[in-house]
Order: sequence, then structure tokens, then C-alpha cells
Amino acid sequence: MTDIDTFRTETRAWLDENCPPEMREPVRSDNDVCWGGRDQSMLTPAQKQWMDRMGARGWTVPDWPKEYGGGGLTPAETKILREEMAAIRARNPLNSFGISMLGPALLKYGTEEQKQEHLPKIVRGEIRWCQGYSEPNAGSDLASLASSAVSDGDDYIVNGQKVWTSYADKADWIFCLVRTDKTSKQGGISFVLFDMASEGVSTKPILLISGYSPFCETFMDNVRVPKRNRIHDENKGWDVAKYLLGHEREMISGMGLGGGGRNPLIEGAIATVGLDHDGRLADPILRAQIALFEIRSKAFTAQSERFIDELKAGKAHPAQPSMMKYFGTELNKSRHELLMAAGGSDELEWESEASNGGAAARAWLRTKANSIEGGTSEVQLNIIAKRILELPGA
Amino acid sequence: MPLYLNDEQQMLRDTARDYVGEHAPVSHMRKLRDDKDEAGFSRELWKSFAEMGFTGMLIGEDQGGLGLGHVEAGVVLEEIGRNLSPSPFLTTAVAAVEALKGSAQADKWFPGIIAGDTVAALAIDEGAKHRRSVGLKAERAGNGFRLTGKKQFVTHGHVADLIIVAARTAGSADDEEGVTLFAVDKGAAGMTAHAERLADSSIAARLEFDGVEVDADAVIGEVDAGRDPLGRLLRAGRTGASAELLGVGGGAMDMTVGYLKERKQFGQLIGSFQALQHRAAHLYSEMEVARAAVFKAQQLLDDGSDRADEAVAVAKAMTSLATTLSVQEGVQMHGGIGMTDEYDIGFYMKRGRVLAEMFGDANFHADALARVAGY
Repeated sequence: MTDIDTFRTETRAWLDENCPPEMREPVRSDNDVCWGGRDQSMLTPAQKQWMDRMGARGWTVPDWPKEYGGGGLTPAETKILREEMAAIRARNPLNSFGISMLGPALLKYGTEEQKQEHLPKIVRGEIRWCQGYSEPNAGSDLASLASSAVSDGDDYIVNGQKVWTSYADKADWIFCLVRTDKTSKQGGISFVLFDMASEGVSTKPILLISGYSPFCETFMDNVRVPKRNRIHDENKGWDVAKYLLGHEREMISGMGLGGGGRNPLIEGAIATVGLDHDGRLADPILRAQIALFEIRSKAFTAQSERFIDELKAGKAHPAQPSMMKYFGTELNKSRHELLMAAGGSDELEWESEASNGGAAARAWLRTKANSIEGGTSEVQLNIIAKRILELPGA
Repeated sequence: MPLYLNDEQQMLRDTARDYVGEHAPVSHMRKLRDDKDEAGFSRELWKSFAEMGFTGMLIGEDQGGLGLGHVEAGVVLEEIGRNLSPSPFLTTAVAAVEALKGSAQADKWFPGIIAGDTVAALAIDEGAKHRRSVGLKAERAGNGFRLTGKKQFVTHGHVADLIIVAARTAGSADDEEGVTLFAVDKGAAGMTAHAERLADSSIAARLEFDGVEVDADAVIGEVDAGRDPLGRLLRAGRTGASAELLGVGGGAMDMTVGYLKERKQFGQLIGSFQALQHRAAHLYSEMEVARAAVFKAQQLLDDGSDRADEAVAVAKAMTSLATTLSVQEGVQMHGGIGMTDEYDIGFYMKRGRVLAEMFGDANFHADALARVAGY
């Protein structure tokens, strides 16, 4: 047996022994997603066990270096781990903006001290991070942000307001863009980290059309942030932000991927519409819509695999995440439109037990933000047009 | 295997891109059309493909070929698509070779294919739409079989040296079993070919089989077990057509994006208008996803994976959709000039339509996957 075969065998055995049965069940709602953090009272014992076991091996982030708590796996080993997890339908042990967004930026721009302080806690799910980017007057035009950080000895004094801060009310720390120079737009932004428990920080959840409040307004009133918590040079925060946005776009684009195995869309449609005597969905137009959607969905699965392969080999165009984000989010929106069409009036019940508290409807509404957050679809198309197709500026 | 070309495959791509671009650019196809060429392609070019080693790519080294796979064949097909080069490569070097592989017929036909002397045609379709059913009858007669029925959309069927025919030896048209694949020689008595020029100026034949007698050794594989070689033929043909579609769609997109960078209206390059930028960027995204689907299908076919069927269907459907979008956007963004025969973009639209229909269109494959998934 080759080393890689041995790795697969051992990984399979370890997962089988260590992944709790509950963690092999499909994710039914937001409550089933494990985010970690200082307050773990909301986690089920199985969630905590799964996160802790995977975190101890660094397998919550298999491809990060071992010295920062990661798994230190090669791309081939990482792929095997993901395949073996998929084979037993293991849930993601830890969802984290620290993993998908901050971590890559820290690895690229952080000092050794910053990496040592923050990365291992991200791997083990001890600190839950949120992202302070958008402001009431800085959405698609993010670089016009106004929250200020004024130098005061070894600290900055931060004032301002962020909006659309995902789970700010549940997060422990924030990575945040602040203005350190008013004379330059992109060149006057710095990237800082601070504890959400700092004096002067407050959050207010925003009630959304889904009835949930995953986003907050975040207010900063004379918050003292040590300068050693600044990532990269002063006024170089935009570079970090752009790098990190690429990772956010990748993560959001992943939403276009349905899970393997069961297909809730097809099962849902069969349950409501039924099959005809030839074994075809009795609503031929819904069937055609689903079948054509499935083609696009499976093709995008292949594209996601290709994109990751290219990324790892350094062959991906730097703006390709914009394409992935655009296609993946639009695909996800169409998936949920079809899920609602397949579910019919059953899934319109907003609070019933049968509808699991309107889970499908709330998820459907949630997806409408996919093509807005992390840069709208139109912003992504602008980026593709300019940076990949190299079309002239207006 | 990662989903990008390795170094050797990239070298092959560079070679194929240069060679096809130089020897069979769009102007080559235009000239064949203007000359009303009766073959619809150049035998001389086919011979030169052999000298490049292209014709025997999928044939094993032990049989005199290069022993390469569908990824490599796709590299050549994409350039054929990009240049709209009329070529028997897809029917002969890809689909026919895969059908013949491992059969007693391989020894007879492979040398001619490798040498660029033999052209193969595929007599599969019996109606205007590709279907799974096979109705053309093959009855036992003496030492062999007698073929009776009709086929259509047989590209190169009027000039091909070898015609692969799917026939019914048992049961009825829609049955899974009872299909047999035959290798029929050019000019077989009782076989009539009506050559029809298609919209893209390629030539496909309507074939009539009026008691065509063939020997028992014309059978490819086993009698009544023709679904095996036919399945290989269709998987290879569909994957190959997908790669060619990528070339057609990609070529049309490149032309269009190039045009956006040179055409001026309202005193500025039209590529600076956001309305057109967004259309182009959307098209780019669709083509990228289609490319991944094709790559996946090629790799799984080369691996002999049992997931290949699904990936092949996805590739054929996705490239049909994406290339259809590409050629439509191409004509639209070229404006009035895109409607003229003088300009090449219209040729891309016509070729895309023909390839989209070949071996089953997007709806056919979406339906096939739905059946497999149980709905």
C-alpha cells in the first residue's frame, strides 16, 4: 500500500470511531450548525465532542500548518479527508469566519505573534469571529467607509458604526476595517482586531425578512484597540480586505453545492407532486425545471473541484473567486426557488411543527442575501469584465 | 487527478492550437462551403491529422496508436471547434475507435484510421431527435444478416469508408436488449445515401438500408449485446462533442470580447458599457462551468469510473446550453454585422446548433439523468 492509501484507511477508521452518530445526520436548520466560541452552552454534547476531537487533530482546518494548530495535511490528504467525511455524511465540525476569512489573511499578513495568538484558537473553535466591513453608507462602495481609528499612544480610539455584521451579537472578536487617513480612499484604511467585550462596543440585531436576525448593527463608541492588533501596515488594510474578500466569495460560492447522497429537492417534489405511471414526476414542467437545474448544479460541483485544484496549483485567475461567487449564489437562489415550488403550501407554514418552524421558507428568504453580501452579483460581474475579460473602463 | 491540463497535455494543446489554426481556420471551412465541396471536409487535411498522430490518439500503443485518453482527444476537438474545422475526427478517431476497441473488427479498421485513409460515420439516429430506441432491423440471412430500415443525421455518411450501424436483432425498438452493432463497408449493395447539407454547411446523410447483406463478422462485439459498444461509442461521442462545443462557444466568446474592445459607438468602445460588460461576464461564467463539466467527464471516462455516464450527460447538456448562449450573445453583441454572411460569428451559431443536437440535446440528457435519479 502507498502512503496515501494508508492515510485513507487510517482516516476512515478514525472518522468512523470518532464521529458521533448525531453528527452524521443532515443539517436541518441553523441550530444544527456549530460555530464554537467562548460560550458553548448552546452546543449539543455531540456537536462539542465532534468539534473538540477534530480540533485537537487540527482537522477542523486540515490544510493549515501544524505549528498554528492546523492539520498540516497535503492537498491530496485534505482531499481524502473531505471525501471520507462525505462518505459517512459527517457534518462540518466547525463553521467559522475565522477559518474561512480571517485565518487566510492572518497567514498571509499577520506577524508571528499574531498568528500564534489567534490561529490555534480558531482551529479549536474557542473564539468566534465576526467581520466588520459594511457601513450604512459604504455597501458596494466599501472603500468609502468612515469608522475612524485615531492614534493615541500604543492604541487606536475607534468610533463609528458597522452594519450587516454577521452574528455580531454572538461573536467574541471582530476583524474590522477602520479609517486611519481621511485624505486617501483605499489608501487610508487599516485592518484591526478587537474583543467584542471591549468597553464601547454594542450590537443590535437586525430583523430580516426571514424572521431571523443573523446580522447586526455594531456600534463603536471610543473603543480602545491596541496597535499590536493591527494586521499589516497602517493604511494598508485594503490589501488585506481584498485578499480576505476573495476567501469570503469562495465560501459563499460553496453554497451552490448541494450535499451528496440525498437530494431534498427531488425528494420534496416527489412527496408533494407524486410520480406518474412511468415513474416520472407528475408535474412535467416542474420536472423539467428541476432536471435542467440539476445539470447546472452538477456542472458547478465540477467547477468547484476544478477551482480548488487550480487555486492550490496557483493556476486560478486572481479574480476567479468573483466568478465562483456569482455563479454559486445565483445557483443557490434558484435551488431555493425550486425547493419552495416543490414544497408548495406545506412549506409556507411559518411556525408549524410540520414545517420545522418554516425552515424551508426562512432558508429561501435567507438565500436572497447571497447575491448581495460579499459584493453583489453586479459587482462580481464588473470585476469579471474588468479583470478577467479586460474590458475597458467606463 | 487535478482538473487542469498537465504539462504534456498543455504542450499538446499548444501544438493542436497552432496546427489547426494554421491549416484549418474558419476560412478553410468557408472555402469548402463556397466551392460546394461534395465531401464536406478535406481528405488531405485528414491525412495530415494522421501525420500529426491525431487520428490514432485513442488507439492503444500495441495497435499502433498513441494510447492517449479523452482529455487529449478533447484538446484536439476543442481546437477543431474553435476553428470550425470540418473533420471526421469526432466520428472516426473518437466515437468509432471507442466502439471498435477490443472487438475483432479493430484489427481490420484501426490501421486505416491511424493512417488517415479511413473515415467512419455513425448510423445511430432514426428520427429528427436522438433517442435511445433502435428500430432498424437486422435479420439472420445465410452466414450473416440482412439490414432493413433508415438512419438519418449520419455525418460523412455519403463518403465514409466505414459505417457503424446500430440495428435491432431481437425484440422491439424500445427494448434494452436485442441491439447489435455492425461495421458496414462503403458501397454495400442495397445501401443508399442521400447527402444533405446542413445549416452549418457540414454534410450528413439520410441512409436507406434495403436488405443490405453483411457477413457475421461485421458484428462489433456480440450479437444482441450491442448496447456495450454502442454505449462506448455514445459516451465517447458525447464527451467529444462537448469538447468541440467548448471550442465553438469559447471561439465565439473570444471573438465577441475582442469586438467589444475595438468597436466604437457614442464616441467610446462599446466594451466600456456596463450593459454589455455584464452580458459578457455572465457568458464567461457559464463557459467556465461548462469547461469543468467536460473535464470531469473526460477524466472519469479515462478512469473507467462508474460515475462517467452521469458526468458525460452533464457535460453534453451544459456545453450545449453554454455554447448556445455564447453564439447568441455573439451575434447580439456584434450587432448588424453579426447577421452578415461575410462575418464569421454566424458560422459559430450554426455549428453550435448542430453539435447541440448531436448525440442528444440538453433536454435529452437532463431527462436521462432525471430517470436515473428516480423522478
